[in-house]
Amino acid sequence: MSSQAAPLRGPRAAKPVLRPGQRRNRRRARRAALLFISPWIAGFLIFTLWPVIYSAYLSLTDYDVINNPNFVGTANYAELFEDPKTALSLRNTFIYTAISVPAHVIVSLLLALLLNRAGRASGFFRTVFYLPKMTPPVAIGILVLLLFNGQNGLVNGFLGWFGIDGPAWTTDPSWIKPGLILMSLWTLGSSVIILLAALRDVPQELYDSAKVDGANSFQVTRSITLPMISGSLFFLVIINTIAGFQTFTEAYTAFFGSGNTTYSNDAALFYSIYLFQQAFEFLHMGYASAMAWVLFVIVLIVTVIQMVVSRRFVYYESGNNDG
Amino acid sequence: MADLQAGPSQLPPVAPVRPVDGAPAAVAPAPRRTGPAGTRRSPVARVLTWLALGAATVIFTYPLLWLISASFKPRSEVFDNRLIPKSFTFENYLTVWQEAPLALWLSNTVLVTVLAATTVTISSALVAWGFAFFRFRGRNVLFGLVLATMMLPGAVTMIPTFLIWNSLGQVGTLTPLWAGNLFGSAFYIFLLRQFFLGLPRELFEAARVDGANNWHMFSRIALPLCKPALVVTLLFEFQAAWTDLMRPLIYLRDSSTFTVPRGLKALLDQFGFGGDWHWELVVTASVITTVPMIVLFFIGQRHFVEGIATTGNKG
Repeated sequence: MSSQAAPLRGPRAAKPVLRPGQRRNRRRARRAALLFISPWIAGFLIFTLWPVIYSAYLSLTDYDVINNPNFVGTANYAELFEDPKTALSLRNTFIYTAISVPAHVIVSLLLALLLNRAGRASGFFRTVFYLPKMTPPVAIGILVLLLFNGQNGLVNGFLGWFGIDGPAWTTDPSWIKPGLILMSLWTLGSSVIILLAALRDVPQELYDSAKVDGANSFQVTRSITLPMISGSLFFLVIINTIAGFQTFTEAYTAFFGSGNTTYSNDAALFYSIYLFQQAFEFLHMGYASAMAWVLFVIVLIVTVIQMVVSRRFVYYESGNNDG
Repeated sequence: MADLQAGPSQLPPVAPVRPVDGAPAAVAPAPRRTGPAGTRRSPVARVLTWLALGAATVIFTYPLLWLISASFKPRSEVFDNRLIPKSFTFENYLTVWQEAPLALWLSNTVLVTVLAATTVTISSALVAWGFAFFRFRGRNVLFGLVLATMMLPGAVTMIPTFLIWNSLGQVGTLTPLWAGNLFGSAFYIFLLRQFFLGLPRELFEAARVDGANNWHMFSRIALPLCKPALVVTLLFEFQAAWTDLMRPLIYLRDSSTFTVPRGLKALLDQFGFGGDWHWELVVTASVITTVPMIVLFFIGQRHFVEGIATTGNKG
């Protein structure tokens, strides 16, 4: 196979005038394409479009699944802004996201920079760093309770070596979120892999010319490496922020559910957990739908802000950025 | 959307078999290097690098080792934080097997996982091919819509989706955990489309001259060439379906229908908090839930790493 074989999406040829036969071919291609795409179209209509519309409607009603939805206008939204638990869960979620996302990206970056120097062994370490990502989030929630146990957990045992009397991570409200954030850093392996891939894409010439100019290692990292991988860093900030706002399983496992009568859990009440409780434990489907829309708007606003801010910092190689 | 074009060029056009050197093919064709050249490292810096990597290795592996080790300890020693159990016992596995219908939970999970992974791979491949191969009016708008659905928080569609399955009488069954995958999933459609775009068009023009129809071009040429991407999709979805807790929480009521993560949560509620304090059973059930994923990772390691690296190339 010749190496210049045009990929499926090659440069578009100039539009030719169609002969009748070609027009028929076009119609046929369109029909075939739609046939291939039809599973997604059906799924989009049933499991995205309709739910979006119906959820918007439900958010204006009282609905408990058993009785018909009862239209209440914007009452759910009004209630939402007065409900102290919504405010609490929103605050918890903001704090969690605002701390865990930068921590996640910075630690991933440090590890990727280290890995980039590990030479042949980097494959081994990449495997090791990714391994925790395979742990089911339920098990991670359980690990939070075990490792961060205040009396005899591993974390406090480790702190004890240095003479530090560790806090009661799982019961002291002011230490619950820090514990969850620390635990969340355990599963940053995929970010390390993404950043390592980006690091290896940095053209060698840039490093060569920096060497000629006599730049030191710190200058090289700051002026070449970071700008060249800023696209990937930004990608990680965006997807981790979106995921952070929806964090659920680990905290729910550790601090909520039928069994928990021993732990105080207000500090772990994240927005998605409260939404889940409203919808499926209290059957306030209308109120929960309103909560979902507020979440959507918040995530949208935060993402747009991040995109606007990123314009100033993110460098794309020429020709790789018009979208 | 020029960023989408970045994908195919980084993948060899036709490479069903890749060298097993652990380097993701999606990363760089450039020769492996040990770090930015021109920064010759002092021995001190080298030692520090290796120390830091060693410490990170301990942090990333120790919790799993701790968990596995604790599952072989008797109840009183679970929290002794020894890596090697002082008194080794297999008792916990027998007890947890008696206390909980683990075999049933495991078979439920396997069923859901296999169905979820195969259906989503087949349907996403079909859709991805529709977007990659054909040129038709409205294609870019439709594909934009595919990408847009990825931005929508799951919470927005969660309740109406529950009501759909409820009206179909499927709440309480395993169906809602996988059947939505029959319609493809935006992330995998995006991933597979990128692979398809990397295939040379000449291949298909030649096949058409030889009389292949649209279906043959997809099933006999495109699919076999994209096997690595299909494996990535299968593995990712296998993991996602196996580890999911939220949907089993929403849809499953009876303990006999539980998946393993849902069952593990129930065990935690019973033995972890519920006054009984049998953490050794919770730990053991956690190991049983986790080990299949670790095995999956070691089987498909290379594909996981490649898949993740490709995802990041969107940036």
